[in-house]
Amino acid sequence: MSRVAEIGVLDQGEGREQEQDRLPSAAALAVSRAGIELRQFFRQRDAVVFNFAYPVIMMLIFGSIFKGDVQGTDVPFVQYFSAGIAATGTMSIGFQGVAVAIAADRSDKTLKRLRGLPMPPISYFLGKLLSVLVSGLVQLVILLVVSAAFFHLHLPSTPGRWITLVWVFTLGLGTCAVMGIALGGLAKDGRSASAVVLPPFLVLQFISGVFFTFGQLGPVLRGIGAVFPLKWMCQGFRSVFLPDSFQTQEAAGAWEHGRTVLILLAWIIGGLAVSLRTFRWQSKGQG
Amino acid sequence: MAGDAAIRVSGLIKRYGDSVAVDGLDLEVWRGETFALLGPNGAGKTTTTEILEGYRKRDGGRVSVLGQDPQTADRRWRSRIGIVMQEPNDVYELTVAEIVRHFAGYFPRPRAVGEVIELVGLAGKERKRTSALSGGQRRRLDVALGIVGNPQVLFLDEPTTGFDPEARRQFWELIRSLRTAGTTILLTTHYLEEAEQLADRAAVISGGRIVALDEPRRLGGRDLASSTVGWSDPRDGACTAQSDTPTKLIAELAARYGGEVPGLTVTRPSLEDVYLQLIGQER
Repeated sequence: MSRVAEIGVLDQGEGREQEQDRLPSAAALAVSRAGIELRQFFRQRDAVVFNFAYPVIMMLIFGSIFKGDVQGTDVPFVQYFSAGIAATGTMSIGFQGVAVAIAADRSDKTLKRLRGLPMPPISYFLGKLLSVLVSGLVQLVILLVVSAAFFHLHLPSTPGRWITLVWVFTLGLGTCAVMGIALGGLAKDGRSASAVVLPPFLVLQFISGVFFTFGQLGPVLRGIGAVFPLKWMCQGFRSVFLPDSFQTQEAAGAWEHGRTVLILLAWIIGGLAVSLRTFRWQSKGQG
Repeated sequence: MAGDAAIRVSGLIKRYGDSVAVDGLDLEVWRGETFALLGPNGAGKTTTTEILEGYRKRDGGRVSVLGQDPQTADRRWRSRIGIVMQEPNDVYELTVAEIVRHFAGYFPRPRAVGEVIELVGLAGKERKRTSALSGGQRRRLDVALGIVGNPQVLFLDEPTTGFDPEARRQFWELIRSLRTAGTTILLTTHYLEEAEQLADRAAVISGGRIVALDEPRRLGGRDLASSTVGWSDPRDGACTAQSDTPTKLIAELAARYGGEVPGLTVTRPSLEDVYLQLIGQER
């Protein structure tokens, strides 16, 4: 073994001097990517306003339609639809945001430029994940603060619920971002990406029990909805904002935290495996 | 050993479906040399360049850049090459200094950020958003991003398209200074004057093959081609004559006019003449 290694080094000749130069680590480059993406994101005022106004607008709409308590309980409605807004907001930033950004990165040759750099591809993906985690977190904080201040949302009362909030948000956003990477890897450009993203996003909102009880759907739609991550994200967020007595209204009669983690993780791993195979760094025929 | 060739290509073949873009191309670029690839659109210049850059896979032949096959090369190899691609349109909401600093961060031994900005002539524009730069300034920024990693081999794909003459001359100075610093440069260009000004050697590609390769002043046998001697006769007006021995002809004319030949010009085929003839042959 050591002889082979020696010959390898000798063969390199003048490359030997360069062996001493350390290439930046994949993790350091991912952080650097996230930094530069966030800096650009926060400088695009329209995108910032749209992303961060989303939960506020939804709150205004739902808050003015559904006043009072959930029927037959003393739990305010706001506890219920806050979970749905948190889930769809997370999905919007993760899925839609990432898919459109990646498709745009490809059509304007950002991806091609990055491919020509000494950067491991995973740094690009991790950088995207990190940057949407930050912007998603800002959006979630805005939702919580605005809802608590103006719509009487009761924030989670125990450390356990805060911890649930953190992992549901992180895993949910990670799942959506990975799906966004997979889809953005296939779409032609930013415009076609937003067109491709919208139908699944809309359909999923209907069959995942975002703003009304999952139990009201027929068994077929429920079965389909339960395959996709949004249903589990909503259920997870409900377990943060609603009292445990509401578990009985879930399809399984329980919050199913363990199953939620497993399903979201499966989507992340499966999505990454698909993305790594199908991801295209250049448009077809791009010279 | 690769000798002192930075780039070595033999029998390169690339097909897109049924059409053959590169058809058995051979090429060697020496270390420290500036080498120009000339040819009409669709001749295979960019395809060849992108194979050398590791962007595209080839269908046949052997390729070595800095001793490695670009198709399987690693990050360390990438850190030793610089790429200025054709017409990127990525616009960043970042300042010139921010983006150059960010790109420096990918490399193990980058050039100093301020030095690079100075070198490409963007000094004073450090705090300007890249989206607010002019076309020529954007192209300089592309070059800055291509050289910030301190590459041993630099690929320039049509770097001065859309430049005004002054910007082009300034750009040429930049390329010359990189050459002086020892960078091997592979330049793809439409502008024959650019090749003449910058390149140690130039190759004309047509139909996916090299049809001529030499120093620009000798390309296609320019230096040996017959000259056109022109003068204006007081009685007959403008006269021209083709000659393989122009000096002898001028001596005869000098004798005829008793000294100074009126309106004397001696021209050999321009690079453009030779180029058009070369790519015409292949069609």
